Amino acid sequence: MKQDIILAGVGGQGILSIAFVLDIAALREGLQFKQAEVHGMAQRGGAVQSHLRLADDKIYSDLIPRGQADIILGVEPLETIRYLDYLHPQGIIVSSRNPYINIPDYPPLEKILATISQFPRVKLIDSLSLARQAGSLLTQNMVLLGAASPYLIIGEIHLKEAINQLFAAKGEGIVAMNIKAFELGREIVGQDD
Amino acid sequence: MKKDVLLGDEAVALAAFQAGLTAAFSYPGTPASEIMEYLIRLARSEGGFKAAWCVNEKVAYEEALGVSFAGQRALVSMKHVGLNVAADPFMNSALTKIIGGLVVVVADDPSMHSSQNEQDSRYYAHFARIFCLEPSNHQETYEMTRQAFDLSEKYHLPVLLRLVTRLSHSRSEVISRDKRAPNPLQRGEWSDWTLLPANARRRFTELLNIQKDLLEESERSPFNRLSLSSSNSRLGIIASGIGYNYVLENINSLDHQPSVLKISTYPLPFNLIRQLVEAVEEILIVEEGYPFIEERLRGLFGLPGKKIRGKLSGDLPLTGELTPDTVRTALGLEPFSHHELKDKHLASRPPQLCQGCPHHDTFIALKEVLKDYPQATVFSDIGCYTLGALPPLSAIDTCVCMGASVSMAKGGAEAGIFPSIAVIGDSTFTHSGMTPLLDAATANVNMTVIIVDNAVVAMTGGQPTYATGDRLVQICAGLGVAKEHIRQIVPLPKNKEKNMAVMREEIEYPGTSVIISTRECIQEVKKRAKRR
Repeated sequence: MKQDIILAGVGGQGILSIAFVLDIAALREGLQFKQAEVHGMAQRGGAVQSHLRLADDKIYSDLIPRGQADIILGVEPLETIRYLDYLHPQGIIVSSRNPYINIPDYPPLEKILATISQFPRVKLIDSLSLARQAGSLLTQNMVLLGAASPYLIIGEIHLKEAINQLFAAKGEGIVAMNIKAFELGREIVGQDD
Repeated sequence: MKKDVLLGDEAVALAAFQAGLTAAFSYPGTPASEIMEYLIRLARSEGGFKAAWCVNEKVAYEEALGVSFAGQRALVSMKHVGLNVAADPFMNSALTKIIGGLVVVVADDPSMHSSQNEQDSRYYAHFARIFCLEPSNHQETYEMTRQAFDLSEKYHLPVLLRLVTRLSHSRSEVISRDKRAPNPLQRGEWSDWTLLPANARRRFTELLNIQKDLLEESERSPFNRLSLSSSNSRLGIIASGIGYNYVLENINSLDHQPSVLKISTYPLPFNLIRQLVEAVEEILIVEEGYPFIEERLRGLFGLPGKKIRGKLSGDLPLTGELTPDTVRTALGLEPFSHHELKDKHLASRPPQLCQGCPHHDTFIALKEVLKDYPQATVFSDIGCYTLGALPPLSAIDTCVCMGASVSMAKGGAEAGIFPSIAVIGDSTFTHSGMTPLLDAATANVNMTVIIVDNAVVAMTGGQPTYATGDRLVQICAGLGVAKEHIRQIVPLPKNKEKNMAVMREEIEYPGTSVIISTRECIQEVKKRAKRR
């Protein structure tokens, strides 16, 4: 059993928080993992991605081979399409449909969404409004983690425990908000896949 | 025995602490910063050792060397180009008689994710004739760091531990062991530590004499592994560091398992390599960084009757980091089927100065002033403000290495450039900008140094800086810049006209002037607001 996940987004969107939750949850699930991330220069409003590999057996490469990602989890649609070459032909895309525009040549959104939609398994999420509903726009990352959660080889309970652990220091209110965001994301994709 | 989730960098830190560390020193630099970050946290929570940022890598190295002289264990960590700064103590420390284990951790950055080059630190270890250890995964990083201290004390040499970005910044589980006690205090012998020619000659001969012992140690290292295949006498693979992972990732797709030699220690284990070479017709070398092993195996004339493949042969790229995909192709396997990105020129999202960044205001004012000077040249430096090179600012002309802005501005001015401007951050200035400013001020060269002072080492995540505001004024005055030409400004949109006037005045002053543009990093302001 193995699962390879590309996490993508813009610096500041909480990509590494998603990675942290998945790492901790994977441990609780009894899985091995390797998670390569980007620090330093790339984080200043630039593209941020992380390769996260889960398995019940030894994992060698820190990087996912092209065409082998089971899931692309994108907190931003332009960032999602940047890594489509990593997607396994049967892989699933869980992506926000809300753009983060901090560059002058941001392509037309409809073109980006059309590019994503041509893949067989796609969940495009209005993460912005769900995050707003959860209480903070900063919870988009947890909305998308929730939306990806039915497809993960990690149980919901372990993911929620890990979210708890990540935000515990910031107080119960923040924990509850992020759990709510996770649940809203999970509900919206339903179990139809 | 305890299990932790750690970055490769953090595995080094934990291992050093548990190896009985007395002190660790570093200067921030991606991808090595997290080693010291973790050590500082450990020093706070566990105590019993010192962990500190230093003014630059050379100073950090020498402080560590002092700890070793005192018989105690020291770690010094830095990014690859940091070792250039520390190269003087590094090379010479190989001639001292190390007492307390001295481990030099250098994190290389193939692909230049956050660096100006992708130099390979294995050459440095070879140059200094000391051990280089190159782990391939997190657990090995932990084990090899602990072993590095033992090797250092056994052979009385510094030991270089080489990391690469993908290991430094990858997270996985690490099982750690009990902590041992630090060494007691003792002192080195003057004859082993005073590198006067007579001592240095004797010490160098000793270094040469123990090379055979280092080689034997390397031959029996448990971290090197040779598995000879009985089913494939054609292909043999030599893989080092994380290159080994990419080989294992793909090797099961081959019809016949090749022989594989994993190398994690240098000097190169000669006999293991010979055994592999004798067993096969063709050798593929998979190594992260420069073709260090490949160059040695190939020599000037190659190996008669053997085909050597790797970076020099074009089977793997000479620049950039390895990937499971490039190694797969080099193994002769078809790539996995994947979607081809149609838009090859997808709008990129380069890193940028943050909203509200003080550097932005300094650059806006400077750009406007320099419109009146067609020859104006802005020599800049390493830090967030290097991002001023990108549009829409496009405000700097050079960025080479730490401190070079000031020295290059002096050279440029002497060659006739006017105005010759240096833009350097507060931390980069104390790292390597002070000495060239002493040079410039002494000759009173016609140039203007703008210190963009955001009171923190920002690019690497907010480490403390040595001098900000008035302290920088004192330093510049001490270095000999005329007091009336050390100006302080606050880079805010509302001060733009005023700041431009100061810039014009100092550009027009025909000597060395300094403008200190001070406003706290916006990320630090935000962090503080959050804490409140």
